[in-house]
Amino acid sequence: MEQLLLLIFLPLVGAIITAFAGKSAKIVSTVFSVTSLVLALVIACNFIPNANTQFEVNLPWIADLGINFHAGIDGISMLVVLLTNLLVPIIILSSYKHEYKNPAAFYGLILFMQCGLLLVFTALDAFLFYIGWEAALIPIYFICAIWGGKDRIRINMKFFVYTIAGSLFMLMGIIYLYLQNPAHNFDIQAFYALNLDSAQQGWIFWAFFIAFAIKMPIFPFHTWQPDTYTAAPAQGTMLLSGIMLKMGIYGVIRWLLPIVPAGVYDWGQVAIILSIIGIVYASLIAFTQKDAKRLVAYSSIAHVGLISAGIFAFNQQGMQGAMVQMLSHGINVVGLFFVLDIIFSRVKTNKIEELGGIAKVAPQLAIAFLIIVLGTVALPGTNGFIGEFLLLMGVYNYGIWAAAIAGLTIIFGAVYMLRMYQNVMLGETNSLTITFTDIKGTEKLVLYTICALIIVLGVYPKPILHLTEASVQHLLEQVNQKLNTVN
Amino acid sequence: MTIEQLIWLVPLLPFLGFVINGLGRNSLSKGLVGIIGSGVILASFIISVVIFFSLQGDTQKAHEVFLFDWISAGTLHIPLSFLVDPLSSIMLLIITGIGFLIHLYSTSYMHDDAGFGKFFSYLNLFVFFMLLLVLGSNYIVMFIGWEGVGLCSYLLIGFWYTNNAYASAAKKAFVMNRIGDLGFLLGVFLIFTTFGSVEFAKVFPQAANGSTDTLVLITILLFIGACGKSAQLPLFTWLPDAMAGPTPVSALIHAATMVTAGIYMIARSSVLFDLAPLTQHIIAIIGAATALVAAIIALTQTDIKKVLAYSTVSQLGYMFLGLGVGAYTGSFFHVLTHAFFKALLFLGAGSVIHAMHHEQDMRHMGGLRKKLPVTFLTMMIGTIAIAGLPPFSGFFSKDEILAHAFQASPILWGVGVLTAFLTAFYMFRMMFLTFSGKYRGTHHEESHVHESPTAMTLPLIILAILAAIGGAINFPHIFGGNEWLAHWLSGAGVAQHELDLSHSTELALMATSVVAAIIALLYAYGRYVKVARVPVADEAPRSALAKLSYHKFYLDEIYDFIITKPLDALSKFFYRIIDNKFIDGIVNGLGWSTNEASKGVRLLQSGNVGFYIFMMVFGIIALLAYTFYYI
Repeated sequence: MEQLLLLIFLPLVGAIITAFAGKSAKIVSTVFSVTSLVLALVIACNFIPNANTQFEVNLPWIADLGINFHAGIDGISMLVVLLTNLLVPIIILSSYKHEYKNPAAFYGLILFMQCGLLLVFTALDAFLFYIGWEAALIPIYFICAIWGGKDRIRINMKFFVYTIAGSLFMLMGIIYLYLQNPAHNFDIQAFYALNLDSAQQGWIFWAFFIAFAIKMPIFPFHTWQPDTYTAAPAQGTMLLSGIMLKMGIYGVIRWLLPIVPAGVYDWGQVAIILSIIGIVYASLIAFTQKDAKRLVAYSSIAHVGLISAGIFAFNQQGMQGAMVQMLSHGINVVGLFFVLDIIFSRVKTNKIEELGGIAKVAPQLAIAFLIIVLGTVALPGTNGFIGEFLLLMGVYNYGIWAAAIAGLTIIFGAVYMLRMYQNVMLGETNSLTITFTDIKGTEKLVLYTICALIIVLGVYPKPILHLTEASVQHLLEQVNQKLNTVN
Repeated sequence: MTIEQLIWLVPLLPFLGFVINGLGRNSLSKGLVGIIGSGVILASFIISVVIFFSLQGDTQKAHEVFLFDWISAGTLHIPLSFLVDPLSSIMLLIITGIGFLIHLYSTSYMHDDAGFGKFFSYLNLFVFFMLLLVLGSNYIVMFIGWEGVGLCSYLLIGFWYTNNAYASAAKKAFVMNRIGDLGFLLGVFLIFTTFGSVEFAKVFPQAANGSTDTLVLITILLFIGACGKSAQLPLFTWLPDAMAGPTPVSALIHAATMVTAGIYMIARSSVLFDLAPLTQHIIAIIGAATALVAAIIALTQTDIKKVLAYSTVSQLGYMFLGLGVGAYTGSFFHVLTHAFFKALLFLGAGSVIHAMHHEQDMRHMGGLRKKLPVTFLTMMIGTIAIAGLPPFSGFFSKDEILAHAFQASPILWGVGVLTAFLTAFYMFRMMFLTFSGKYRGTHHEESHVHESPTAMTLPLIILAILAAIGGAINFPHIFGGNEWLAHWLSGAGVAQHELDLSHSTELALMATSVVAAIIALLYAYGRYVKVARVPVADEAPRSALAKLSYHKFYLDEIYDFIITKPLDALSKFFYRIIDNKFIDGIVNGLGWSTNEASKGVRLLQSGNVGFYIFMMVFGIIALLAYTFYYI
């Protein structure tokens, strides 16, 4: 249990120390994030891959209201905790070429956000979950609003209000569940045990679903995302796309499915249809984007749509695919945004038409970028394939037409990604790209790490699949059982 | 050493070559890169030969070699494991054998290219993935190879990536393949839900349990995959564009090996296809149509590689025609002979292009026979083989397909013979335009034309010998042969269907196609040697049919018009109207109306105490009224 508390609060301690570290904030935050990664790996090694919640902490917090600091880790949590603690140091390292103003605040906020994310991913008390949910939002708001690009204030206001509005729906749902709970607490097990009729479940489904759908985002709740991703500083975009959107996916798995299975049974189809529309819709929009960052933003909507469809298809393959893909998408999208950041830092533009020929002058960047692109388009042998293959199979088990339409991502993804790659990297150099210098130092370190992860997870995904298998199995059984008692 | 102990070396060696050449592409000398790149393939070939012969002497014809568990979720288990059986062992020989010759050839052909190391590492990677494709013991491992060769094809077509047209050709190849791959994946999903496994050894024995409808659907989906990879209608347009890659690549990937993956896959799954007659009809029709359409296009092309590219598409069409009429062995036989003569023809074309300093337009060639005697002779053997003239290899494999086609439907046979006629014509046209008559360039250029070095001519000679005698591996009964290949493949569970034709019919069919080819040969001779006609310039007026042929039936333009343009327009419409105006408009509208409403509500908080009291009294009365009403 001490391990879990240490895991959650180490980044917070790091955030506070970083905030006073002045010029050395970069180094201090790196040390803390790397230590957090090591700690997460130690916990993962001690984790027994069965369905049990491990490293559990349950401390009374606000006893009068039945609020406890209740957290723990099962296979699903373990995966997202690993994802978070893996990506935060990568994201911090990716910022080494930048000289952000007021670095103490910048890096402090990143670590503060990490703490919020870890709370979300381990909380077993709805109140704690909600605290973490909002605690993760505030730092990213400031990161984007202070260090962002053009028009950042307006765009971030929209992002903030939009997500807060979604969260309020969830808060209403949580309070409703709390009131229905005879024990009058926020404990997840008590929520699981509630007997709600299908009308109640329907309302709660929507309250939670909208909050999660905005976060991921799922069509048509996505319009804040492309602007926000484009205007945010590179590290902000990486945090949002790499980790933060997994809060929504995780929320669906941990809270939505087991609490209101009948709601999912009634409305899951709508969720799948929206997800699949999102895949095709966002992929098509990505076809003609002029700004590479915006293109990747739309591609992310498409990829997340597939994850969501796989989850709501509700079977072992889809769910396991979602697990692998959460990790893979996090790694790949951070890689993509980092490459675009590297390009931007050299030529001050991400406009696809203004680029070209970079492969000739920066062959190492070209190779790394290609590997990341291949991971994104799910080539077998990369991490993306494992996830998309299982997800599509999951969707297939739901319906062959659903899979045929969702599967268009295989074709469309290749179209827009290779279009981007060609226009940015191939062809002849122009006056802008002729002086482009190849990657070096931390850029190399970060990109090579990402490429290695893409290939290793693609060739040998077993540890990840094994990590989550029992928990996913347990979740499916639990939900099916509860569904049978309702009907 | 047993097969199990040796087999993993076969793909591993090319992979090591890829890694070493990839890492050392800038530091290793060209000589060393060439030796490593070719050496690993030669070593793989030698091991493949050993495996082939030990399999021949073995009573057990199928060896599964398990490496590790790759993906598992629920009831789905996908091991990374290999299957060595008569079918895959013979593919190993083709891939590594022809692969080695092409590597050897490339050491000379690519010698002056700055990307020499990169080229060899890609080529090695390709061989690795191709070996995975044929060695996989289940559909998913096959799919790794399937998409992996697609990747290498992308990398090698776009090898000279600073040329934007080449980079676009590479992208087109990848995307077209992906369209097929979606079909393949869906087919695999259906196989899994129907048979509970994706392992060949578990699926095929249960095949008869599947309903015909399911089997038809499975096989159609798999066939869509094959259409992409093996360049069949309507997905073939990427293959001619793929000629943007260096010529050895065209020989290895876009003629001899990768494009035959679709045929390999269907031959491997012949048990399933045999139970789906509807799919077979579709395959036969698409194959025949592709064979004919591509042959018509090849008639008027002026780029030597384009002629060969369309001839490849056309020959692949033949193979699918064969698959569709149940001649699995015949199709596979044609895969083998085609690998010999088409690799030969491409490498020969490469030798010509090399000699002509990268000129590919036949209108600027002519009279090269004296200058390039080895190239000419070997290519002539290849041309005779592809034209289906006895006794070279193409004759036997083509006639086996045609005989089966005749048995299934005389119309299919008629299309086949017509295609054979056209094939003989355009191939001899190519030969005559290139090698006979007078040189059509400047005198200065002519003095620079010279025969290629030994590293390039040696592969030509070896392939020419194979193209000449390759027919022996399935020498038909009718000529006293024992149809070795058919016996061998039946050991791998490839379905066999005996011909039910009388000997005289069979001979008559053969005679017809041979006569057709000879007429075509004579016609081409009359047109391009006697009269020495040269194809007209691009802009010159053409007859309607010639125009259609020269412009490839405008297929690229049609696809652009009905698919690419509408999708791009839809993309812009979705982005500008639906996303920015409509959906985001609603979101912003909600925000705005909240704002406005709050402005209105704010007015109530006026600070006027009288108004507050009035509201309070009003509230109390309302509350009381409500309470009394309900009590």
